[in-house]
Amino acid sequence: MFGKLTFDAIPLHEPILVVTMIAVVLGGLAVFAGLTYFKKWGYLWTEWLTSVDHKKIGVMYIAVALVMLLRGFADAIMMRTQQALAHGGAEGYLPPHHYDQIFTAHGTIMIFFVAMPLVVGLMNIVVPLQIGARDVAFPFLNSLSFWLFVVGALLINVSLFVGEFAMTGWVAYPPLSGIEYSPGVGVDYYIWALQISGIGTLLTGVNFFVTIIKMRAPGMTLMKMPIFTWTILCTAVIICGAFPILTAVLGMLTLDRYLDFHFFTNEAGGNPMMYVNLLWAWGHPEVYILILPAFGVFSEVTATFARKRLFGYHSMVWATVAITVLSFVVWLHHFFTMGSGASVNAFFGIATMIIAIPTGVKIFTWLFTMYRGRLEFTTPILWTLGFLVTFSIGGMTGVLLAVPGADFLLHNSLFLIAHFHNVIIGGAVFGYMAGIAYWFPKAFGFKLHEGWGKASFWFWCIGFYFAFMPLYILGFMGMTRRLNTVDNPEWVPLTYVALFGAVLVGIGILCTVIQFVVSIMNRKKNMDVTGDPWNGRTLEWSMSSPPPFYNFAVVPHADKLDAFHEMKRDGLPTPPATYSPIHMPKNTGVGLVMSAFALAFGFALIWHIWWLAAVSFVGTFVALISRSYNEDVDYYVQPDEIARIEQAHIQAKANQA
Amino acid sequence: MREEKYHRFFRSLLLIAAAASLSGCDWVLFNSKGQIGVEQGNLIITATLLMLIVVVPVIVMTFLFAWRYRASNKQATYTPEWAHSHKIEAVVWGVPLVIIIVLAVITWKTTHSLDPYRPIEAEKPGMTIEVVSMDWKWLFIYPEQGIATVNELYIPEHTPVTFHVTSQSVMNTFFIPQLGGMIYAMGGMRTHLNLIANETGQFFGLSGNYSGHGFTGMRFMTHAVTDQEFDQWVGQVKQSQNTLDFESYKMLAKPSENNPVEYFNAQPGLFRQILGQYIDYKKSNHAGEATHASSGAEE
Repeated sequence: MFGKLTFDAIPLHEPILVVTMIAVVLGGLAVFAGLTYFKKWGYLWTEWLTSVDHKKIGVMYIAVALVMLLRGFADAIMMRTQQALAHGGAEGYLPPHHYDQIFTAHGTIMIFFVAMPLVVGLMNIVVPLQIGARDVAFPFLNSLSFWLFVVGALLINVSLFVGEFAMTGWVAYPPLSGIEYSPGVGVDYYIWALQISGIGTLLTGVNFFVTIIKMRAPGMTLMKMPIFTWTILCTAVIICGAFPILTAVLGMLTLDRYLDFHFFTNEAGGNPMMYVNLLWAWGHPEVYILILPAFGVFSEVTATFARKRLFGYHSMVWATVAITVLSFVVWLHHFFTMGSGASVNAFFGIATMIIAIPTGVKIFTWLFTMYRGRLEFTTPILWTLGFLVTFSIGGMTGVLLAVPGADFLLHNSLFLIAHFHNVIIGGAVFGYMAGIAYWFPKAFGFKLHEGWGKASFWFWCIGFYFAFMPLYILGFMGMTRRLNTVDNPEWVPLTYVALFGAVLVGIGILCTVIQFVVSIMNRKKNMDVTGDPWNGRTLEWSMSSPPPFYNFAVVPHADKLDAFHEMKRDGLPTPPATYSPIHMPKNTGVGLVMSAFALAFGFALIWHIWWLAAVSFVGTFVALISRSYNEDVDYYVQPDEIARIEQAHIQAKANQA
Repeated sequence: MREEKYHRFFRSLLLIAAAASLSGCDWVLFNSKGQIGVEQGNLIITATLLMLIVVVPVIVMTFLFAWRYRASNKQATYTPEWAHSHKIEAVVWGVPLVIIIVLAVITWKTTHSLDPYRPIEAEKPGMTIEVVSMDWKWLFIYPEQGIATVNELYIPEHTPVTFHVTSQSVMNTFFIPQLGGMIYAMGGMRTHLNLIANETGQFFGLSGNYSGHGFTGMRFMTHAVTDQEFDQWVGQVKQSQNTLDFESYKMLAKPSENNPVEYFNAQPGLFRQILGQYIDYKKSNHAGEATHASSGAEE
């Protein structure tokens, strides 16, 4: 009846997990009680859970990402503590069974359930507003993408309390991740969490590609698009190219594990190297999916706060496009040490370092945007400056790893760990933090508290250097990754420094949490009624904050770069006497229902509960088909309602003035 | 001659780097005792210096521009509409381009000269050692000496060693940081790694690729010794009562953690049998040849 699932799957013997479980249950009960007491269930359902509004979906993505960040960071601090404690014969407090799940979960969560949703959240909030669109091309699909992503996040968290997570590292190389060496459910949790959320990501890629290509405001040619939109267009292209490879490779691993196929086994003609090859054919483009949107954020932030046009717009666009293309031809540098020939290694090494050229160009264009500007040291700018310095170092170590002769010494060492945290934290995460600080007032109508934001930046930035510079050195000292205990006394002092750095980053995260709480409590004081708190340059600042659900009462005409900046200078268009009706999608719970079935489907396959898998698969399918026969999916917003909303905004601005 | 000067220059740079590091810390990658490792370490330094040509100015410019063009500094020039300059754009595309061209040439050359499959030229004749990663220990088979050891590696100094590397089960990497770079160990496949010890000494070895619960304990000590000491050691191993044939190998292959050092007399052809177990062994007498990863450098 319940497949492999028994009560023994609940790890009641692990004190750390039991405490976490109690905390999660109590927290969940508190939220449930709160929603019931304040009678907010209806509001939650109609305004958020069933919403197809891109802005609300974006906010939900970021909210889930920040919760998952706490989980991923808890894993990080546990690993750092373990390495700092376990030396000189001491075992530490995490046995391999637990430690190995933690580093796997840390990597998986941080990439798929923190970085990815932050990217997707930001693009959801910003892109339609930047291009003068009223929603994305496929609003229902957008809602479905979000809920499929939530299913992945839920499955990973369920694995904490029911069964186990993978003990393979976040890339799950076979044969270790095959059924012979990982007979438990851990790898199955990994597979289905990534597979289901990965489909959501692919749909997002398609959705935003179409949105940007087809739904731009009149006048906005490709070369008039804001840079953030350009980076999202390129990101969408990479998603469409790369994620099907992940789907396929995970599908093959699934066949190996469930149906005794031999794609990646040692015996029967399988070849585990093919998994490594395919995984990185997705995995390397993936890192550009993470970093390009951050580059876009820095471009917007720098131009806005330097009070100056972005330097070298064309260079920036072509550099972005070049990176997009090159991102697909460098993946072999992840396995120079698997015995490909010298010429093959050299080819991929050189291809990799060529990416440094457009990336270098980007760095210089930001620098020359600040040059002869009037730079305001707001929180987003601090993140940008921290990024410029930190990312340059990370880029340098990346090119170093791209030299095969050097990589033979540095592959899978802590130097590698330091490198990719250097570019992902110092590049991508700093960018997302800048983006959140920058666009928060647009999404909510009030600014975030600057003091706590700056405190967060300084703790993150300094913490990063303390946490990861020692790892570069440990790499030079020959320490490899994922070691459970440290048996070389010379490595020990640096593991203490790294732990200290991780604690600083933790304080930085805490500052961010406090920043949200303080800002929400003082929202009246930080209220922005203009909709344009930063004196912005692009269209998303042209309407009220938060924007009306239809975004633009009148579709703007945008035939110049920095369209809103030009409008403000040349005189804003006056509101029309009468508005035209606006065509909008209706909210729908189908995405949520389909994803609930998908959750049951994933859980059933993990535990081999075949009847449930069959039922939930049919459920997903029926929900999809019923949706496609439903023709009552849209409506028109009437002119008087638009006039009322717009008039309120104009009135609020006038009152403030 | 020029090459030697180049090396001396980098060795002095390495000394400075070492001195700058915390006292007592041994940056083994820059204190290499193997020719391959020395060259790989030098390559890291060369590439880093080349890139610093761009990275240092970027960092300086970040601080300089941010400070000079702060909003409160009304003296600084302010050109809100200036957004293009052919000269600057030529430089920002050109300089990285030139550096990457230089680095690409270096990369092409060193990738070939430091190819782990390339036999090392030396005065003394080379030797072969067969390496098997197991759950969770290392097996070293000395086909020429007819011995095998677990978690202990002896090599004679100044002798080029060709390691043939495979795995009994999952992937590992075979890595002796102070001698030179690593190579993957993969089941049913054979990879190659050529290393040489420039002097005697003890160098730790480990796996760089996570392979399961006992992964951390996959440690071994590499002893680079004189020829005489090596022969003595071989004699000592040969006195072992244990013989390693394919049957006893299968016993050894059972998972164990933090395995102590073990000595065996090894049956000839064992490595081929290990490689062949994942291939339809009956059909081919040359099981060892039919490996995916082994290309070039056959014995």
